[in-house]
Amino acid sequence: MTTVTTTAPAPGSSAGEQPVLTIDDVHVTFRGEHHGDPGIPAVRGVSLQVAAGEALAVVGESGSGKSATMLAVLGLHGHATVRGSVRFDGRELLGSPESVLRTVRGAGIAMIFQDPMTSLNPVLTVGRQLAMAMHAHQPGLSRQAAQQRAVELLERVAIPQARRRCEAYPHELSGGMRQRVIIAMAIANRPRVLIADEPTTALDVTVQAQIVELLGELRRDEGLALILVTHDLGVVAGAADRVAVMYAGTVVEHGPVDAFFAAPGHPYGRGLLGCLARLDRDAEPVPIGGHPVSPRQLPPGCSFAPRCPLAEPSCDDHPPSLRPWGATVVACDVVTRAAGSSMVAS
Amino acid sequence: MIRYLARRVAVMPLLLLGTASMVFVVSRATSGNPLVSIVGARNLNNPVIVAAAKQRWGLDRSLPVQYGRFMINLLRGDLGTSFSTRRPVLRDLWDRLPATLELTIAALVLGSAVGILLGVLAARHRNRALDHGARAVGLLGSSLPAFWLGMLLLYLLYSRLGWVQGPNRLNARVRPPTRLTGFFTVDSLLHGQWSLLWQACMHLVLPATVLAWGVVGIVSRLVRASLLEELSSEYVRVARAMGLRERTVVATHALRNALLPTITIVAFAFAYLITNAVLVEKVFSWPGVGSYAVEAARQLDYPAVAGVTLLGGLAFLLTNLVSDIAYTMADPRIQLS
Repeated sequence: MTTVTTTAPAPGSSAGEQPVLTIDDVHVTFRGEHHGDPGIPAVRGVSLQVAAGEALAVVGESGSGKSATMLAVLGLHGHATVRGSVRFDGRELLGSPESVLRTVRGAGIAMIFQDPMTSLNPVLTVGRQLAMAMHAHQPGLSRQAAQQRAVELLERVAIPQARRRCEAYPHELSGGMRQRVIIAMAIANRPRVLIADEPTTALDVTVQAQIVELLGELRRDEGLALILVTHDLGVVAGAADRVAVMYAGTVVEHGPVDAFFAAPGHPYGRGLLGCLARLDRDAEPVPIGGHPVSPRQLPPGCSFAPRCPLAEPSCDDHPPSLRPWGATVVACDVVTRAAGSSMVAS
Repeated sequence: MIRYLARRVAVMPLLLLGTASMVFVVSRATSGNPLVSIVGARNLNNPVIVAAAKQRWGLDRSLPVQYGRFMINLLRGDLGTSFSTRRPVLRDLWDRLPATLELTIAALVLGSAVGILLGVLAARHRNRALDHGARAVGLLGSSLPAFWLGMLLLYLLYSRLGWVQGPNRLNARVRPPTRLTGFFTVDSLLHGQWSLLWQACMHLVLPATVLAWGVVGIVSRLVRASLLEELSSEYVRVARAMGLRERTVVATHALRNALLPTITIVAFAFAYLITNAVLVEKVFSWPGVGSYAVEAARQLDYPAVAGVTLLGGLAFLLTNLVSDIAYTMADPRIQLS
């Protein structure tokens, strides 16, 4: 069995708040090249949700399935099989026809991507691209109205001389400016969920902070539910309410940001924090040993076991489930068992 | 931009003079005797006639002197007089150029349009029947010799089926429209001569198709490849994620970028068309520069050969200039300087 079942309710979504987006036991398998190839299981049973005004960070290294999960939400996978359930506003998205998905993309759930240098069409002006995003969902919008709204949007994302920038081509803007333009496009149709897939990775450090701040502002002001996909724990600390750590296509730890940073439960989460150079601790950064597992050759048990300092022989028996551990849930039998026995002992 | 264009245009005469020198050397180095066509084979043994002809056409001078005269006349804008038509070469070219331009431009428009359409369809139906079909159509056009295809289609569509008109630009003994542009289709349209317009089109369609077919392959393969590349690019994914219709994503976003490299290819295709027009004009008795070139080369008509070659060179230079300008207008990232 490769599914990781959530035996404990996922923590976090502030009490009583109905999640606006619920990802439930989603599997994404990239189809094989030829017959008989079972394909590559990129995402194996991920469950997450966000409520309005809430920010969820999804953390993990390249290939951990973060982006693949998010693309599955919008049905943007070309050559992959997606199973499970994605509910937006109570409506099931997985398996919905393209025409339904199209009305959700951009207008219900918007997504921005990693590389602002390539995310805009090089031969169309910024204003034209903003107008096209608007017309996709508001076909009746007049040219003047679209242009007016484009200027407002650029002002909203703090682009100076917005009116003049509308006439600019992407190559005339800096990376940070382009990412702001993309964010403006993403909020053009007032979506309720914004998925930001590594929005700061390709930017300078100073610009990164500004973009993260802008995203936080939009979340507060517009009541956006924000999913921040990143491998940068520094971004997570300041910008998210909850964090989900992914490894090899599964969520291995999930809980409030404060609890995670104070005491990560999963050995992988601990490893990630151990890699950080922190001003508030004395310890030197320690790298995680070994290499990420190939999704083609997953171990039968815990997929982190080959790299895990706490691994026991029993870890190879079956994949661990998410169990409560302090304020978070953790998919590690060794850690949760130890916690259980220490509770019994006390 | 203006300065760049001025520089480009300023170099053109130099390039053409270089071309002219090369034509001079090559045509004089070719074995064969232009006198055969000037005085006729029978008179070749008559020294009086031969000497008179040599003097008349300046062939009695040494090669350096011939070259000097040729170049000086060229600088004055005089291409000389054709050995065979006994008319100024410039005059001949002026009369025949519209026929060739009408044919090649029609072929270029037809070939690019069909090529782009097939390329887009092939990319949208990648690795399916339509893709393979488009590939076959393109390959057929690039691999079948134009003269053979021309004769085949002429036989099938004109002789057997009678769907189109046969060789030449108009039916026999039909008066062409008064010359404004020299394009029979355009001129008859401007004069409102509808039946003449229809006739001109029916004569044009077959040679233009044969000529265009060779271009379809190059253009469609290039459009397919670059469209597929653009469709897998990040901004296309962003556009899809914003909820744009697939039709809009392809037509407005991806195709605009995919057509950029096509602009360059179309310029090269035009050069290909001019070359192949020689064969097609011969097959379809099209009274253009191409059939003139064939006669000129066959009879070693030095001035005519030089004139045709220079015209071809000029066409190539201008096409490249136009394609560079078009590229700048289509891609805001490129600045000419």
